[in-house]
Amino acid sequence: MKIHEYQAKELFNQAGVSVPKGMVAISVAEACQAAAALPGYPVVVKAQIHAGGRGKGGGVRLAHDEAEVATVAEEILGMHLVTRQTGPQGKVVEKVLVEEGLAISRELYLAILPDRDSAAIMIMASSEGGMDIEEVAAVTPGKIIKVAVNPLLGLQPYQCRQLAFGLDISGPAAKSFIGLVGNLYDLMVAKDCSMVEINPLVITQDNQVVALDAKMDVDSNSLYRHPEIVAMRDEGEEDPLEVEASRHNLNYINLDGTIGNMVNGAGLAMATMDIIKQAGASPANFLDVGGGASADMVEQGFRLILRDQRVKGILINIFGGILRCDVLAEGVVQAARAVDIKVPVVVRMEGTNVKKGREILAASGVNLITAHDLADAAAKVAAIAGK
Amino acid sequence: MAIFVDENTRLVVQGITGREGQFHTSQCRQYGTRVVAGVTPGKGGQEVDGVPVFNTVLEAVVTAGANTSMIFVPPPFAADAIMEAADAGVDLIVCITEGIPVMDMLRVKNFLATKKCRLIGPNCPGIISPGLAKVGIMPGVIHRPGGPIGVVSRSGTLTYEVVDQLSRQGIGQTTCLGIGGDPVNGTSFVDCLAAFEADEETRGVILVGEIGGSAEEEAALFIEKQMSKPVVGFIAGLTAPPGRRMGHAGAIISGSSGTAAAKIAALQAGGVQVCEDLGRLGEFSVGVFRDSLGNI
Repeated sequence: MKIHEYQAKELFNQAGVSVPKGMVAISVAEACQAAAALPGYPVVVKAQIHAGGRGKGGGVRLAHDEAEVATVAEEILGMHLVTRQTGPQGKVVEKVLVEEGLAISRELYLAILPDRDSAAIMIMASSEGGMDIEEVAAVTPGKIIKVAVNPLLGLQPYQCRQLAFGLDISGPAAKSFIGLVGNLYDLMVAKDCSMVEINPLVITQDNQVVALDAKMDVDSNSLYRHPEIVAMRDEGEEDPLEVEASRHNLNYINLDGTIGNMVNGAGLAMATMDIIKQAGASPANFLDVGGGASADMVEQGFRLILRDQRVKGILINIFGGILRCDVLAEGVVQAARAVDIKVPVVVRMEGTNVKKGREILAASGVNLITAHDLADAAAKVAAIAGK
Repeated sequence: MAIFVDENTRLVVQGITGREGQFHTSQCRQYGTRVVAGVTPGKGGQEVDGVPVFNTVLEAVVTAGANTSMIFVPPPFAADAIMEAADAGVDLIVCITEGIPVMDMLRVKNFLATKKCRLIGPNCPGIISPGLAKVGIMPGVIHRPGGPIGVVSRSGTLTYEVVDQLSRQGIGQTTCLGIGGDPVNGTSFVDCLAAFEADEETRGVILVGEIGGSAEEEAALFIEKQMSKPVVGFIAGLTAPPGRRMGHAGAIISGSSGTAAAKIAALQAGGVQVCEDLGRLGEFSVGVFRDSLGNI
């Protein structure tokens, strides 16, 4: 789960990771008040959306006096901010963070994330602050320093020194840096982050190390033990259909194609999307109804798919294991009776109780296109897409 | 022969008194798996369908001689359950539970490095050696005993699909297992490939991968350098958008790494015959295996 920069900075601040003084604002008046409360000008006005690359899109601006704060805030609030991570439609900015401007002497990069292959907690740092880390990795991989922390031992002092010397930080700044890394590591572990990233991490002219930016992504599987993070969820940042799906415990991702699909199991769901593509169409969604889906969940899944106006056909692909084909069939029939389905629906079922499932569908009188196997399903989807 | 589970498997089910645990215990027993014990803390002394329940895994090992554990414990307690099983001395732990926090699994994995046991999963369908033992939630009937093909996958239902197609083509399996859809798991593709390579009865392998991480790339290197048996590959997620978790916590394209296209290219470079049409994977595999093995 992603949280906003200003929320991450609140957590940083509580954890002893230095951040610039600042305040979040939802209106021009609030932005001006926030600026007035800071030690002086210039201040920075930063759009708060769940995407990186905000600066290049015009979502991060400097203001030298109150009038400029008003102008800049007016422009940013409500804008459709388009960055490399938002897609072409952009995201509407509802909040800005107003922060003190700092006198910067160096910009660095720092991130901490679990490394799936080594089962370590990886700290990555680079002297190329402000740059996209993937770009640095591609062009000058030697500039990235990596330290692997054993989660059973925790961060060791020599690893902090390795980072500081590797980044060529010395004197009072080194002490500030090492303190920050330790506190950030503790925060990352305590909050179950799947990533914390500071880009740039700056060294000020008076040798303080400060997180100028803050990106934090929390492992969704850990949310049961982090109510304070759950409270930070901003549903406005998410796709409305995905928010709806999460209320029904459905694993749904909205995509931009025209063939809706409902599948049990994530791997089979991905493969089904690929089949739709190979049939010459494009998937409208990813939807995994899971192993233990009930007839009601299947109906909710149907409703979700049909709320997307672009959908012109649906493929249901179920391999019955724990989710039995008869339960799926009941859900499909229940949904077809409750919802007015105007698009063709192709059903492919196999596995547990498949015979019973097919009987339920056949006896229901609901207009469905039955596919015998995956290849047949693909051909039938292609026929729909070709219309 | 088979890998990891067979007729010598003596199973303890952790979380046997829960709905899922109870249901799948009975399914495994119907398939012929020897279930010798269950564990639910505080319910020691009870029985579930005739299976004795113990308070701890250690009791199940000492009293009932369990050598394999299957875990249905809910996510907040699953990491602890894995460590308990490892400490009790079982050889194999199969963790079905989905939704364990990554931080917990990081600790578990580092803890297991000090133990001799093998972990399969978490977030997996388990493992079956057709005709010998089933330790998992897969439908037993789709499998065909007798080999000679091994199947390893990161997924559940997608594996069933592949196995079903294989069985319909008249091709049996030695062992089929899912290694799980989480970013941090126990047994890797490479571990399974090495076991299949060493297993006399297995003559070919199907590897089913998906987007995210680099397990398939590592598998490709292993296949190129250390495998003599033919391998057929399939990768799900060609149409998955970057940056989104596709159901499985581990199925995510991060930046430009972990894409299906890159994995397919890596597998092909390692000598794997990759099928891109799931609907025809069964036929495709038969073709590949007959070409390199003759009549199977």
